[in-house]
Amino acid sequence: MRRIRAAAAGAVTISLLTAATACGGGSSNGGGSNDSPKTLTYWASNQGASIEIDKKVLQPELDKFEKQSGVKVKVEVVPWSDLLNRILTATTSGQGPDVLNIGNTWSASLQATGALLPWDAKNFAKIGGKDRFVDSALGSTGAEGKDPAAVPLYSMAYALYYNKKSFADAGIAKPPATWDELVADGKKLSKGGKWGLGAEGSNVSENIHHVFVFAKQHGADFFTADGKADFTNDGVVAAVQQYVGLMAKDKIIAPGNAEYAQNQSVSDFAKGKNAMLLWQSASANLKSQGMSEDAYGIAPVPVQSGTPGTGTNVNSMVAGINLAVFKNTKNLDGAAKFVKFMTSDAEQKILNTAYSSIPPVKNAQGDSAFNSPSNVVLKDTLAKSAAALPQVADESQFETTVGTAVKELFAAAAAGHPVTTASVKAELEKAQQQMPKK
Amino acid sequence: MTTTTAASADPGERTVRKDSPGAARGPRRTGRIRRIGLPYLLLLPALLLELLVHLVPMVIGIVMSFKELTQFYIRDWGTAPWSGLDNYKVSVDFSAPVGKALLHSFMVTVGFTLLSVGLCWLIGTAAAIYMQDTFRGRGLLRALFLVPYALPVYAAVITWVFMFQHDNGLVNHVLHDQLHLTDKPSFWLIGDNSFYALLVVSVWKGWPFAFLIVMAGLQNIPGELYEAAALDGAGLWQQLRRITLPSLRAVNQVLILVLFLWTFNDFNTPFVLFGRTAPESADLISVHIYQASFVTWNFGTGSAMSVLLLLFLLVVTGAYLLLTSRGRKTADV
Repeated sequence: MRRIRAAAAGAVTISLLTAATACGGGSSNGGGSNDSPKTLTYWASNQGASIEIDKKVLQPELDKFEKQSGVKVKVEVVPWSDLLNRILTATTSGQGPDVLNIGNTWSASLQATGALLPWDAKNFAKIGGKDRFVDSALGSTGAEGKDPAAVPLYSMAYALYYNKKSFADAGIAKPPATWDELVADGKKLSKGGKWGLGAEGSNVSENIHHVFVFAKQHGADFFTADGKADFTNDGVVAAVQQYVGLMAKDKIIAPGNAEYAQNQSVSDFAKGKNAMLLWQSASANLKSQGMSEDAYGIAPVPVQSGTPGTGTNVNSMVAGINLAVFKNTKNLDGAAKFVKFMTSDAEQKILNTAYSSIPPVKNAQGDSAFNSPSNVVLKDTLAKSAAALPQVADESQFETTVGTAVKELFAAAAAGHPVTTASVKAELEKAQQQMPKK
Repeated sequence: MTTTTAASADPGERTVRKDSPGAARGPRRTGRIRRIGLPYLLLLPALLLELLVHLVPMVIGIVMSFKELTQFYIRDWGTAPWSGLDNYKVSVDFSAPVGKALLHSFMVTVGFTLLSVGLCWLIGTAAAIYMQDTFRGRGLLRALFLVPYALPVYAAVITWVFMFQHDNGLVNHVLHDQLHLTDKPSFWLIGDNSFYALLVVSVWKGWPFAFLIVMAGLQNIPGELYEAAALDGAGLWQQLRRITLPSLRAVNQVLILVLFLWTFNDFNTPFVLFGRTAPESADLISVHIYQASFVTWNFGTGSAMSVLLLLFLLVVTGAYLLLTSRGRKTADV
């Protein structure tokens, strides 16, 4: 009796313990086929203010595609927080969608898994050629010297959003062009429960985007030319210190922003709690939160001195979404047709208008729909002063480790601890040591 | 002891056998086969499922821990090169960052688990004893106590996230604005305080289970014991120490073991509370391993850490079972 009970207890114990262990794994087969030419599954990333809005935007277009090609597309809109994990799981099991959206910064990391269809000349020919796309967008589709792992779909760039009324009330005539000006303006604006600038301190990816730009402005990179992590060089340390310093030293960012990770800073901006926001394609989001378009202005992200441009006057990452095809799709031709459809001039206009992004397709970008003053700022930035995040296989790890280091530094700043060169360096050193050794 | 159990069970079995047709043919023989085989037969489906759902993935996990599994091999992990004990060496090299971080996370988890289990048990037991007396509204209160246990974890924890927020959260509103206990609003979801935030949520979530189990255990204590004790002049405290707690011993053993394992491995609470990367002070080991595997894509190292965790928990559980069963033996004698 007791033995059975012990055995049962043992079984229960083991089952409880194993919950901690093991992620299942399997192998997947090689290339794709055309075994199932009538349907496609598509994982769309969440672009609009909600998943419902995305479905409303996408479904009529997918119906149009079905009419043209006879291929039915089953779409699933995946929230950002789940997307990378879902892609990884699909990669491991081989049970993924046929076509999917990826964040363009993940291109090289996902390319390294070998799960995505390479876009060689032959595949590009099926969708009208590589020349149709803007160069900066092509720069974040995979590692240099390899066939791209994806095709650009939506392009975005960072800009400085500023509240016109707050600026007028504080007697500021024009948006700041340099960081010194931004800090000076920010100090004027940070009073009476309002703050100069908003930030998203606990959002690891957002942190990376900003410190990447600051590093470029300090003439530094996070990786050496041969692709090794180099997070503790002086330029990078100065860059991170300057960004976190906007809260720690300059005190123009509310300490509470250190725990923001759900776009709360965008809501704060829409409500007038922050006078400035560094964001990519915020228009649709601000509109959905009831902020009218003439209430805010859009200016280029500040630089250290002078005007934005190439080299050390980079003021944005190349942000955007790419479209990729899973290598083991059962509908290779259909997938190519679908990518061609989504990147066609007409669809690019419709989709990028809906998401307030910029088309990475040259012809569509020239359309009058994208010539509003705000779009011109974004287009200019993408064309002249944006740089792609490092296209290395370790990019995903870099985002996490350095983004987390910045998050910890923000937490320290919020608690009132000083953010010094030494404390920044220590956090970055830890981040670097967590990177996989090659 | 075994013989007494068998003997006392026999009369009952015989009455059942009279009704069954199989028993009419050969009562004694089938009876013996049934007595020996039936329990195993009944365990078989569970064992098969156990094999499929847990043991197979566990073996795969162990295999993975000996491989150099990164993004380059994740698609076809069978082809990943063997790395021998490298993943384990990295995990337990406490002078290097990966091992140091794992050790830190382990220590945090141990402290957190001891505190959380202790508090859950204490509150659960106190509430269960309190609820023994009948009073008006007892049923309602009992149902209320069980609410945290019945709520979906995600919904409950996300509500806590709102409450812990720095600017608009209820916790700061009460502690700072109303009670003036702090100089300025505190941060609960980042920095050092996050440990306490996690502890509060964990205890809030865990104690109703302790309450439920202890309450069930209390039903089995005969009321006469208390009456006799009261007649002998034992006060409430003495009754608690000499009757209630010893009688709950077996129940508590299981309860504490289960609470320990759940809390030690809890992933949902910290993940919903802090997201993919937890603050250092609340870096529980399950999230830490998740981060090593799925966020920094070092699946091999992550698997090795899982195996180490499994071994640790097996040792602790084994030691605990051994100690408590020895205790029971001496108690029996």
